[in-house]
Amino acid sequence: MKLTLRVWRQKNADAEGAMSTYEVDGISQDMSFLEMLDTLNEELIVKGEDPVAFDHDCREGICGACSLVINGDAHGPERTTTCQLHMRSFQDGDTIDIEPWRASAFPVIKDLVVDRTAFDRIIQAGGYITAPTGAAPEAHSTPVPKPDADFAFEHAECIGCGACVAACPNGAAMLFTSAKINHLNVLPQGAPERETRVLDMVAQMDDEGFGGCTLTGECATACPKGIPLFSITSMNKEWLRANRKVAR
Amino acid sequence: MTRTIWDSSLGKKTVMAVSGIVMLLYLVAHMIGNLKIFFGPEEINHYAHWLRTMGGPVLHYEWALWLVRIVLVVAVVAHATSAYQLSRRDIRARPSKYVHKKPSASYATRTMRWGGIILGLFIVWHILDLTTGTVHPGGYEHLHPYQNIIDTFSTWYGNVIYIVAVVALGFHVQHGFWSAAQTLGVGSRSRDRVLKTVGTALAVLLTLGFVAVPVGVMTGLVS
Amino acid sequence: MTLSSEYAEYSTGEPVVDTKAPAGPVHERWDKRRFEAKLVNPANRRKHTVIVVGTGLAGGSAGATLAEQGYHVVQFCYQDSPRRAHSIAAQGGINAAKNYRNDGDSVHRLFYDTVKGGDFRARESNVHRLAQISVEIIDQCVAQGVPFAREYGGLLDTRSFGGVQVSRTFYARGQTGQQLLLGAYQALSRQVAAGNIELHPRTEMLDLVIVDGKARGIVARDLVTGKIDTYFADAVVLASGGYGNVFYLSTNAMNSNATAIWRAHRRGAYFANPCFTQIHPTCIPRTGDHQSKLTLMSESLRNDGRIWVPKAKGDDRPANEIPEDERDYYLERIYPSFGNLVPRDIASRAAKNVCDEGRGVGPGGQGVYLDFADAIQRMGRKAVEAKYGNLFDMYQRITDEDPYQVPMRIYPAVHYTMGGLWVDYDLSTTIPGLFAIGEANFSDHGANRLGASALMQGLADGYFVLPATINDYLAKHPHEEEVTAEHPATVEVVRETEERLTRLLAVDGDRTPDSFHRELGELMWEFCGMARTEQGLRKALDRIPQIREEFWRRIKVPGTGEEFNQSLEKANRIVDYIELAELMCLDALHRAESCGGHFREESQTPDGEAARQDEEFSYAAAWEFTGTGASPVLHKEDLVFEYVHPTQRSYA
Repeated sequence: MKLTLRVWRQKNADAEGAMSTYEVDGISQDMSFLEMLDTLNEELIVKGEDPVAFDHDCREGICGACSLVINGDAHGPERTTTCQLHMRSFQDGDTIDIEPWRASAFPVIKDLVVDRTAFDRIIQAGGYITAPTGAAPEAHSTPVPKPDADFAFEHAECIGCGACVAACPNGAAMLFTSAKINHLNVLPQGAPERETRVLDMVAQMDDEGFGGCTLTGECATACPKGIPLFSITSMNKEWLRANRKVAR
Repeated sequence: MTRTIWDSSLGKKTVMAVSGIVMLLYLVAHMIGNLKIFFGPEEINHYAHWLRTMGGPVLHYEWALWLVRIVLVVAVVAHATSAYQLSRRDIRARPSKYVHKKPSASYATRTMRWGGIILGLFIVWHILDLTTGTVHPGGYEHLHPYQNIIDTFSTWYGNVIYIVAVVALGFHVQHGFWSAAQTLGVGSRSRDRVLKTVGTALAVLLTLGFVAVPVGVMTGLVS
Repeated sequence: MTLSSEYAEYSTGEPVVDTKAPAGPVHERWDKRRFEAKLVNPANRRKHTVIVVGTGLAGGSAGATLAEQGYHVVQFCYQDSPRRAHSIAAQGGINAAKNYRNDGDSVHRLFYDTVKGGDFRARESNVHRLAQISVEIIDQCVAQGVPFAREYGGLLDTRSFGGVQVSRTFYARGQTGQQLLLGAYQALSRQVAAGNIELHPRTEMLDLVIVDGKARGIVARDLVTGKIDTYFADAVVLASGGYGNVFYLSTNAMNSNATAIWRAHRRGAYFANPCFTQIHPTCIPRTGDHQSKLTLMSESLRNDGRIWVPKAKGDDRPANEIPEDERDYYLERIYPSFGNLVPRDIASRAAKNVCDEGRGVGPGGQGVYLDFADAIQRMGRKAVEAKYGNLFDMYQRITDEDPYQVPMRIYPAVHYTMGGLWVDYDLSTTIPGLFAIGEANFSDHGANRLGASALMQGLADGYFVLPATINDYLAKHPHEEEVTAEHPATVEVVRETEERLTRLLAVDGDRTPDSFHRELGELMWEFCGMARTEQGLRKALDRIPQIREEFWRRIKVPGTGEEFNQSLEKANRIVDYIELAELMCLDALHRAESCGGHFREESQTPDGEAARQDEEFSYAAAWEFTGTGASPVLHKEDLVFEYVHPTQRSYA
């Protein structure tokens, strides 16, 4: 396959960025999208040009490092992570636009690499259960009904890639935040911090400069792990409940 | 960290949802009242009079009506203010656009924002036209809505403005009702079909109910 | 240029002795050690700084726990977030001797299975401690909200896993590593918020600072700005993972690397058993030269999938057209009692053997079938989907084949490294004040790791072992003189680091970092992979110095050191891979026996199984660095087996 790539190049956080055009040839259908970019970078290095910087690590769809907007879609046309997207999803001769996540809470570091530490700070605000090492009771002392365990798992699957923010026209982090809140708030172990968790995490989310939710559903469509849009509804409910409880 | 509900984006959304539902309830009542026009001038003019005496004899003349008006103004202002502030936050959160545009992404957002602005402007015109009579095309007569309405819908622009606004309202309600349900945390996977259906039904009902009046005038059914 | 013959002429030094291991009954040793260890007064802990490099299961849990205890922790990861450490990719599960199934499990059985599974090359004391702690790990993780699979009664579900006959593996669908890591990450985040951990993401350790013979800090590069900085502490903990990426193609993350442990080795920490690498039997075969990494399919698939190849050589009919009686379910045939559940090393080698016979399937004949047709018929598609759905989806996404319709194709791939920095019972390396935990150390798995034991070891080290043992060191070294960036020892290390980077940028040759990495990896896979011979290893040892020489002549690293430069990061890691590869080959050459993941063709039983040579090699080989390309010194740690007596492993 021969492809034309239009890639966002930006030297650093302060520089202006722009799209640059590259041609790549000899692309196999079995390559992953990132292997296709590897091919481009190998050529660029030999030519003495600066290779395209992009975040990637596990290349198995679980670490959440990879983060490209491909033809306007976070993680590209398939519902998966960029690293698990394969070139068979494209046609010979295609022109592909590759851009970084865009949100003011995710400033560009270089080219396609963005700073997602805002997510870490949201977790730090309350995305945990206080259980100091060694203080844990026997695991079977608290049974968890299977539906609750499954609900928790469904939300715990979030890989923190930020595709939800990238896809949201408002740059909102509602899906990310709600996934963690729902995971922990449904479990009996998470109950003691249920109210502070949602209040503090939502406050941190606001402080980081993420937008609000207009329920366009773009986040859930882009989410490679299939976190449902209702996750946000459940968070809203938790938030309202927490406000009522705290007011009392 | 003490924050009020208003400080939070979720809080503002809640304000929008609650004020939206208040206005929605009002609109249903308003729409039903409007349909009285099909039963002749007596019926609707009498209804206009009743609006001012409702709550009596406990409440003085027009007290209840003013109460409704105040609630509505508060709702509109709260709705618009939070919408404005939230939109500003949203735009700030995504300052640079993608080079590769994808139209579908912001459909709902645009519908709500532009629809909201259209409705806001419409409300101003609507009040100046049929409540105060300031910009009314014919000779506005207080407490005679039957003739006032016919006057408005006898002009082409009256019909255009009204119908455009009502269609915008339909879209706004369709997404807004479901949206409010999510904001208030009553949505869920199992309830989604019901909520979406109710939202769409309300939107269709309100659109048809409101549009019926200008159409009635235009077709001569009401004259 | 050093000749391999010279490098291979290693000398043998004094034996290395684990001075911290207590004597006495094995089940009392951990208690005994904890009691003997000195404690640091809680009020004084704040005054101690501990550097932790890495935020995976071991590093994340250690950082969180040390901070909870009151120490000031400074923690590093090269990723943009601690949550992305490669522990996240572990799929299958975590072992614990809870015996919730009442199927005869016990701490002693887990201990026994692990020593035996490691082919008698692990320390009994360490393994027993691991088995003891396993039960606490599950309690800890459940308390943190890790969503383990549960049964309808609300209690935890378990499954059986390769190499054992009890059901002791706890799991969270196919994402156990992810859920455990997020648990540790969340505990870590809580401490970051509390101000007890100073976190440095996108910062890579490039060297170790040693003052007066003790580890006192690190040199690290800010990957965004390129700035080289120094950080100081009273103790340094390396939790930087394994070195499987020496092979270029492995199931490791692209940026997992050996620089932290290799730099520590260069500064004096012994490196133990580098040739003990684990080749995982169930990975997705490679598709071409563009392949950048390999993807593992959880070995839990072997619980229900059946592995086979055609009986006839070169049978290229589609799988579904090969009749039952022309299929060779070779694992079930050769190992009737364990069948498809034999340990990883055995399953991998068996796959290699049938492929070498010309009976492999798929492109290049480098694959075997993992067939779910029987399972689907027996349990129904729904049940198979519930159990393995996400794995099947992943397979389909990568290969574009539907595993519900046609059997999966799998092939072994480098997955885990049992070797690592030598540590004593306290997890201290041979450099005082330098600790190594998780995959970065060598301690618990011997020559082969059992499935679902890596997560167990990482968390055992981080949550329970290190936080107990590091106290002893800190208590005994209470008031160290403060080290600064101006200290001559620091200045020297910084200078060396900067020089190395400058040199990489200055070569301006014509070959990319990846091209060298790939070349080295292919060499290692061929000669130091699943089967090793003296001749092959000598060939590799001849070749590696040539690669090193060519690397420094032809490497091309674009850009500068004062910016975000992924090529520079990569090139710098390859420098260390080349040296480490050399040591791996030497270790493999010197260990003229087969054991676990290390299979020397010269040492096998008549029916082709690994043959250990206990009289000669019942020791851990700890290597001391003497210079780049210079032959290292071997220090042996004799292994004593008082409880599990070495026998030829039999899974037949």
